[in-house]
Amino acid sequence: MATESRDFTEATETDRELTMSRAMVEAIAWEMRENEEVFYMGEDVADYGGIFSSTTGLLDEFGRDRVMDVPISETAFLGAAVGAAQAGMRPIAELMFVDFFGVAMDQIYNNMAKNTYMSGGSFSVPMVLTTAVGGTYNDAGQHSQTLYGTFAHLPGMKVVVPSTAYDAKGLMHSAIRDDDPVVYMFHKRLMGLGWMPSPPGPKTGVPEEDYTIPFGEADIKRHGSDVTVVTLGLHVHRALDAASQLEDDGIDAEVVDLRTLVPLDTETILDSVRKTGKLLVVDEDYQSFGVTGEIIARAAEGALDDLSAVKRLAIPDVPIPYARSLEDEVNPGTDDIAAAIRELHE
Amino acid sequence: MYEQMVTARYYEERLQEEYLVGKQPAFDISAGPIPGELHLAAGHESSGAGVCIHLRDDDTVTAPHRPHHIAIAKGVDLKKMTAEIFGRETGLCRGKGGHMHLFDPDVNFACSGIIAQGCPPAVGAAMAAKKRNTDSVAVAFLGEGAIDQGGFLESLNLAAVQDLPVVFVIEDNDWAISMPKDRVTDVEDGSRRALGFDMPGERVDSDDAVAVYEAAERAIMRARDGNGPSLIEVQVHRRMGHFMGDAEAYRPEADIERAKQRDSIERLADDLRAHGVEDDELDEIRERAHERVDEAIAWAKEQPEPDPSTAYENVFTNPPAQAATDGGANTSDASSDGDEGGDQ
Repeated sequence: MATESRDFTEATETDRELTMSRAMVEAIAWEMRENEEVFYMGEDVADYGGIFSSTTGLLDEFGRDRVMDVPISETAFLGAAVGAAQAGMRPIAELMFVDFFGVAMDQIYNNMAKNTYMSGGSFSVPMVLTTAVGGTYNDAGQHSQTLYGTFAHLPGMKVVVPSTAYDAKGLMHSAIRDDDPVVYMFHKRLMGLGWMPSPPGPKTGVPEEDYTIPFGEADIKRHGSDVTVVTLGLHVHRALDAASQLEDDGIDAEVVDLRTLVPLDTETILDSVRKTGKLLVVDEDYQSFGVTGEIIARAAEGALDDLSAVKRLAIPDVPIPYARSLEDEVNPGTDDIAAAIRELHE
Repeated sequence: MYEQMVTARYYEERLQEEYLVGKQPAFDISAGPIPGELHLAAGHESSGAGVCIHLRDDDTVTAPHRPHHIAIAKGVDLKKMTAEIFGRETGLCRGKGGHMHLFDPDVNFACSGIIAQGCPPAVGAAMAAKKRNTDSVAVAFLGEGAIDQGGFLESLNLAAVQDLPVVFVIEDNDWAISMPKDRVTDVEDGSRRALGFDMPGERVDSDDAVAVYEAAERAIMRARDGNGPSLIEVQVHRRMGHFMGDAEAYRPEADIERAKQRDSIERLADDLRAHGVEDDELDEIRERAHERVDEAIAWAKEQPEPDPSTAYENVFTNPPAQAATDGGANTSDASSDGDEGGDQ
């Protein structure tokens, strides 16, 4: 696949391009150098460097005390991250596939997410839970889910979903410095892995110095006047491709990349919807009770008079199938997005 | 130790009285000055006191859903804890935790109302202590009904493989709600589970607070000296139902009688008398404890209910700045507690 990169609004003046995984690791390494209370633990994060290259090279620089392989026991080590965070450290704990959350969800939503509230604010849980999401590589129902909505639905954790290297680095700096639990969901297809090629797009210019991207600020990845497409993760790139395809037909789509689900930048969505009057929400998570419904509800609450048409594309409430033709059928593709935009524009 | 135990027992007796106010004759769990469930620990006092007497404020304790005797022994602020149980604004958790979710950062005490799920955070506190090269330790308490949970077993393994300074304390009261121990495990001595993780395991029978003290001393010193985790199982007794309002139809009367006969507090008093402690002195300790408890309860009852608007605070330590436009009321406290910082 092509590795050509794009120049997004925020990809600032730098010729240096990084893959998303390298950008993430750069932020982690910077924070670990600055603050010795930051450490990383998870399965296969030390010698292997993370199955999806989320920690490549960290072991060499920081050693096993700070880049820790742990037994395959998510309840124990994610809960240990909660305990270490409550003790004031800043652990980053990796849940290898988001699909595995079920074996450890008690620690995630009953301890990590609630202890700040249940303690009346006397305890903070400054940890980052990193996890790989997404399909498009035919790994079937237990290794291809996206589950953005599951985590965003439960109060007490901030939920981050980068789509480019630039965003991945800035959001990681913000995540590690945040005093609250942050779930940092990276899409495997965007990481720049040799064995799972990325589309052009996520590899962007990335400044060498540290910088933060505040949570709750969506990024307009393409300005347009006809239809608003709100999306996140991999589907930012599919939406951009769809928008390019439609240019020749005179349809000018705006693509809003949410970047964080909690907090959610409702204002940017509303501003865009007020401008275009038409809203398409694209999500790789299941359709019902999820991100698409939430965005449309907020648009309806805040800009109902400006809305003339609404549509959503998401996984149509089936587990992710294995066979290529089946997965392609349910996962919204560029053509699906283009068709939906076209339909809204008519 | 005796003082902590009589404080805990009297505290629970007083809570029981207060709990029943407004809930009789027809039991309504949400009525009265203490809302919600109430799990009393009468009969468990030896474990909390015998273990926590070896701990410092910088040592971490995680307690399960039956936490009062452990909290008292760890030195959790009794007044604020009581106010929390009464659901008051000045409670430990500003009325957001309640009796199963007590948190006191001053003495590093936390709870989880889900069984065995306090174990992993205790392992994490021990991990933090080791990384910081301090000699503080962590203790996770759990009931015998929790020893089949993955969270417990995974925690033993992680603590063992990383040689972490953590002690797991099983309080065996023979009952997991209505399920007797022999119907949930074939291993009578729960401390033998330690063998599977190559760590020391020790069981203390007969509600013997002195024996708990000695076993805990061995385990905690071992952890403090950098020699890794241990498991202790303490035989205690549940003198009441699983929760207040539990009629215990499943529990043979003989068992209840037996529980009442084997009492760790009476036993410790006998031991103390045998070592020459006068009755007067024991009475004095008891009176002091009762006074402290009565004072805490009286203070708590005078405390104001939380302002309803505070329900939206403390979701985050660092609330999102744009919360006002975020559609959700849950993040609207930017001004009130946005600057608390991450470390306690």
